[in-house]
Amino acid sequence: MSDLKRTPLYGEHVRLGGRLIDFGGWELPVQYTGILNEHRQVREAAGLFDVSHMGEFILRGPGAEEFVQYMITNDIRKIAPGQVQYSPICRPSGGCVDDLIVYKNSPTDFFIVVNASNTDKDFQWFCEHVPHGLDLRNVSSEFAQLALQGPKAQEILQKLTSYDLESVRFFHFANNVEIAGRKCLVSRTGYTGEDGFEIYTACDDAVSLWQSILACGQADVAPIGLGARDTLRFEAKLPLYGQEIDEAITPLEAGLGWFVRLEKPGDFLGKDALVKQKQNGLTRKLCEFELLGRGIPRPHYKASYDGRDLGFVTTGMLAPTLGKCMGQVMLPERFWEPGTTFEIVIRDKPVLAEVQKGLFYRKKTRHE
Amino acid sequence: MNVPDNLLYSKEHEWVLIEGNTAKVGITDYAQDSLGDIVFVELPEIGKVIEPMGEVGIIESVKAVSPVYSPVGGKVTDVNTDLEQGPESLNSDPYGNYIFIMELDGEVDRESLLDAAAYAKFIEK
Repeated sequence: MSDLKRTPLYGEHVRLGGRLIDFGGWELPVQYTGILNEHRQVREAAGLFDVSHMGEFILRGPGAEEFVQYMITNDIRKIAPGQVQYSPICRPSGGCVDDLIVYKNSPTDFFIVVNASNTDKDFQWFCEHVPHGLDLRNVSSEFAQLALQGPKAQEILQKLTSYDLESVRFFHFANNVEIAGRKCLVSRTGYTGEDGFEIYTACDDAVSLWQSILACGQADVAPIGLGARDTLRFEAKLPLYGQEIDEAITPLEAGLGWFVRLEKPGDFLGKDALVKQKQNGLTRKLCEFELLGRGIPRPHYKASYDGRDLGFVTTGMLAPTLGKCMGQVMLPERFWEPGTTFEIVIRDKPVLAEVQKGLFYRKKTRHE
Repeated sequence: MNVPDNLLYSKEHEWVLIEGNTAKVGITDYAQDSLGDIVFVELPEIGKVIEPMGEVGIIESVKAVSPVYSPVGGKVTDVNTDLEQGPESLNSDPYGNYIFIMELDGEVDRESLLDAAAYAKFIEK
């Protein structure tokens, strides 16, 4: 695994017995003690993730907000400085280049966080469109990112800082917060469906911050691998690029219409295609399903009815907390009604499945 | 990693216990540890005839789908249906939970199987 990139926390993963794998070119732990055990740890107490592989861009200068507005499908003017916004970014075709979160320091100063595997593609996409006079930089290698997630996240983190974390509301952030003596950007965001924080710090400070959080949280916190990160985000119905969305799936088809502000003033990338898709009506979309027969539905398995191909599973698995084999599946319109049955093809055998609604884990994030 | 002395092993990480004309087959401690949390087992049909190293079933962990091979040839006479409800028992006690039992067809080619010492060495690599 010599060509793989390592985060500043590589040594910690080895020391803690993490099982390292090639994760999109990064040598990262898939698990420490076991995926189901780690999943439960986050739902019931707290877990600490190394997500330093994520990409970060800095965008500064006059007109930065207008540029962000053009790149994303969401409406960046809806948030104030100190807030975070989630958005897809689209090709003119309406397909997704990626999904990302934007931290707004001011209308002329943004911090943008993108998926690790898309960092280079996204940066190029931004560079292709950025107007002269704006400072756009890929600072991914300068930042480490830790996520502390779970019902006890705040209690643990508060012991390490004098900053009042209660004041950091959902999808808000604070800059230059000192945690365990290290300067950090902290947001109440995450990818697990639990309350919690994402913390950005300089690479050199990552190990000490990581160790401080684990030491301070004691039995209430444990390191969590990428395996549980995937089961947690799946169970909370949070989309994953490459599964729920990709270059061939529009955010409307993926059920992310809430993050597509067609009515916002001005043009944005993908607008024409998305407006047209909305006017004409969707011909396919992601639906929730439960597998009624035996088996485990998995990403990219085919959905069929009466031997005819209908679509495909985007993510499916045994949801650990809910104990059901379920997932999301791309289906044509006549199958959207809850209660409709179809089949998922598992190793050439059709297995009965049913479209449902409200099946996923109810997020415990703190919306005020 | 636990490797009991009284069993024989395949390089695909199954164990086999041969008693007279029958063979009991399961997966090793190393296999369950590599797979991680096991959430689904697809058992062979009783009566199925299998060649040595033929595919007889499927084990799925949270992350992966893995075929189960039969280290020996013969006819499946019994399957451990408890695994359908409690697949995680393959994690907690891999040698205490067989997957299937078969009636051997003729002599077992012991050359193709590893004893405990050889298997322990094999998984060290």
